Amino acid sequence: MSMKFFVPQDTTALALGSNSVALTLALELEKRGLQDEIIRNGSRGMFWLEPLLEVEIGDSRLAFGPVTPSDVSSILDSLSSLGKSPNSTNHPLHLGEVEEIDYLARQQRLTFSRAGVGDPLCIKNYQSLAGFTGLAQAVKLESQEIVDQLKDSGLRGRGGAAFPAGIKWQTVLDTPNEQKYIVCNADEGDSGTFADRLLMEADPYQLIEGMAIAGLAVGANQGYIYLRSEYPVAHKILNQAIERATKAGFLGKNICNSSSDFFLEVRLGAGAYICGEETSLLESLEGKRGMVRAKPPLPAIEGLFGKPTVVNNVLTLGAAASILEKGSETYKDFGMGRSRGTLAVQLAGNVKRGGVIELAFGVTLREVVEGFGEGTYSGRPIRAIQMGGPLGAFLPESQWDTPLDYEAFAAIKAMIGHGGIVVFDDTVDMAAQARFAMEFCAVESCGKCTSCRIGATRGVEVIDRIVNNQDRDNNLILLTDLCDTMELGSLCAMGGMTPFPVRSALTYFAEDFGGESPREN
Amino acid sequence: MDKSANIEQLIEQFKTLPGGLMPLLHAIKSAVGYIPDGSVQQVAKGFNLSRAEVHGVISFYHDFNTNPVGQHTVQICRAEACQSMGSRQIEAHAKKSLGIEYGETTEDGRVTLQPVYCLGNCACSPSIRIDDDIHARVSAESFDQLMSELCVPATDNAGAKR
Repeated sequence: MSMKFFVPQDTTALALGSNSVALTLALELEKRGLQDEIIRNGSRGMFWLEPLLEVEIGDSRLAFGPVTPSDVSSILDSLSSLGKSPNSTNHPLHLGEVEEIDYLARQQRLTFSRAGVGDPLCIKNYQSLAGFTGLAQAVKLESQEIVDQLKDSGLRGRGGAAFPAGIKWQTVLDTPNEQKYIVCNADEGDSGTFADRLLMEADPYQLIEGMAIAGLAVGANQGYIYLRSEYPVAHKILNQAIERATKAGFLGKNICNSSSDFFLEVRLGAGAYICGEETSLLESLEGKRGMVRAKPPLPAIEGLFGKPTVVNNVLTLGAAASILEKGSETYKDFGMGRSRGTLAVQLAGNVKRGGVIELAFGVTLREVVEGFGEGTYSGRPIRAIQMGGPLGAFLPESQWDTPLDYEAFAAIKAMIGHGGIVVFDDTVDMAAQARFAMEFCAVESCGKCTSCRIGATRGVEVIDRIVNNQDRDNNLILLTDLCDTMELGSLCAMGGMTPFPVRSALTYFAEDFGGESPREN
Repeated sequence: MDKSANIEQLIEQFKTLPGGLMPLLHAIKSAVGYIPDGSVQQVAKGFNLSRAEVHGVISFYHDFNTNPVGQHTVQICRAEACQSMGSRQIEAHAKKSLGIEYGETTEDGRVTLQPVYCLGNCACSPSIRIDDDIHARVSAESFDQLMSELCVPATDNAGAKR
């Protein structure tokens, strides 16, 4: 029976040796005189199983993982002996049907439904999985109708700030100008996040489709993807995808035979975390230092080069494509309260089964970390969880039953942000983590606001003094005061939220700071 | 290679591109390996900016190093997910075994060591990047192994090691 092999080529799979697996597989097939095709797919996002080898036989798609080059030969042996009942293979790495693996089967994949299924650059594959149908819908609609669909869906920005995407699009649509822009924020800098990267590497056309839809919705003919330079694989894939989509008529002049144009370009960042902040990103795109701008004016009114600009995260634009494809009602049916649709949770750090988990809002942090993650990689107890990147709070066990919902997290002075969850075991030194939060802010501050630029450096010093028991009580008061100043006196979340991890470490893990009792607030 | 002529060509190529300064600086870096001090004046002239403005942009971004780097750039992720998996130890080990601090190059000119804040490989930490290849689940032993492989001409570099 003819077979098709799939070996992922996303960053994590490559970092775990998937190229060697593919190479060994090709040599082994040749040695056995087999002509079966090897497809380099994107990853499914089950990163603890990478490199995950999939084999398509008839209607079956079997998974094996994690595979090393030395496993390839025995996997082929087990396949050749299985004959007509694929599920009878008894190879120790055999995981059954890939889509029945519990980690994947328990997800509600909308944005990531195509990730890992096929060759991410194959347009035919994308179309066979309902790709570009959202765009085909959009070209038939008036701009206002597209914006209405987005508003009805309840989609909120997935970058971290959770601003209603439809309202942003409406503002740009309502601001008259000959030139408008769509900017995709692909500067995914938060530690513990990689969902944007996975979408760009495993399903780049979805982002392209979402951006073209945004262009039609607000009347913009030029888009930029601002990609962080730390993502060389995504960079290569996006450039190839744009070239192919342009050739196929989904980008460029008269997209999908309409009267509208949409040109798209990737621009690389240069290692500055702050450029994930939208106004800093716009400055950088203009070729300047990435200094944060004061708002107003909103970028929707005066954005890139002073023109009305939609700035959305990768997942927001990806979701826009699914919303146009499936309809706003379907999207809205997922979620809780004002958090509609699905959230791509990224489980990272010291965790046994890390990866991308797309779920409707409302599931608790504990369900994700214990149910999907199955505890720590080290096997030790979990002590702290940092949600929402380097500016997110550290949460102790008492907070893990909070449902993933923007408002519920805000209520405990934490944030969902871009959906990254970093797990720490009981060897973590929380005073060192609080110090690192300040240190990171000092390195990455754009320098515009004094409270952030200087506050972060002073923060490191004050934490050092507390840990060393130098004038402890007064320094604790000083640290609280400094956190207040940073929160109130900074234009953006960098200075404004660095206090979140610091305060939470001090509140919940006071024993690590060498004191007897928490002094925070 | 005549670096200054090369830079002139690049300036010509990017000066009419909207927001072309960042792509230009990336292009100079990949052609020369760093942003030479001498290019600031040329770039400023080409883009009709002051030298201070160009210097300001270069100095803002971590990627735009103004000194030559070694044959290979090794970046160690310092962000939280990698910390939770022992990156602080990897960091200390790397500095000790290479005998250099961040921003420095080994005496043989082979390796420049840099910090990086997140490579997006956080489910399989700790991570390092060697040129354009990212490596997952790095230990002190696998770090040494990777460094020793840098001494031989690279063949199938991408992810060939576990």
